[in-house]
Amino acid sequence: MTKADIISEVFDKVGLPKQDAEELVEMILDTIKLTLKEGETVKLSGFGNFVVRQKRSRKGRNPKTGQEIEITPRSVVSFRPSMIFKDHVIETDSATDGAVPAGQPAE
Amino acid sequence: MTKAELIDKISEKRPGLTRKQVEVVVNSVLDSIKDALAKEDKVEIRGFGSFRIRHRRAKEGRNPKTGETVSVPPKKVPFFKAGKEMREMVDGKL
Repeated sequence: MTKADIISEVFDKVGLPKQDAEELVEMILDTIKLTLKEGETVKLSGFGNFVVRQKRSRKGRNPKTGQEIEITPRSVVSFRPSMIFKDHVIETDSATDGAVPAGQPAE
Repeated sequence: MTKAELIDKISEKRPGLTRKQVEVVVNSVLDSIKDALAKEDKVEIRGFGSFRIRHRRAKEGRNPKTGETVSVPPKKVPFFKAGKEMREMVDGKL
């Protein structure tokens, strides 16, 4: 699935002109990106949190040449999915292929 | 920034739309990403990043209270990898 697919889904579900759907999707993604650029956390309830973390300098290796190199300290984005997102991924799976192990107590 | 703040910010920039319309779109974007992963599809957004499912193997775990060994079933978890533009932006290179 690509950005174009997300835009079509939004367009199908929401009664807005295609161009509005497209612009809004772009604005949502850009606003999240620019907020993270400032080092600020983005918390999307029901989805997850995007957090900027500081990584210390560490030793790495060029996998091709085996040469040891210094990986500079940097800021990286990490995403922590919410419980709702995690459960959504697991539940949908067990609902479709019946993957609940036998002998598991029914709830 | 929270979801409500994200919605406010976008509504301010688009006075032609109601806050409610923006809210519906934000939720719809997040839902389509969640639904895609639930179907084990991956989502690739150029310049932003990609979302996919990571499989965790079954493992032996322990109940921290009783010390009893329990088997933890294999699991699927959502995983996000930042795209090039996002990485460089956050690291102050753009």
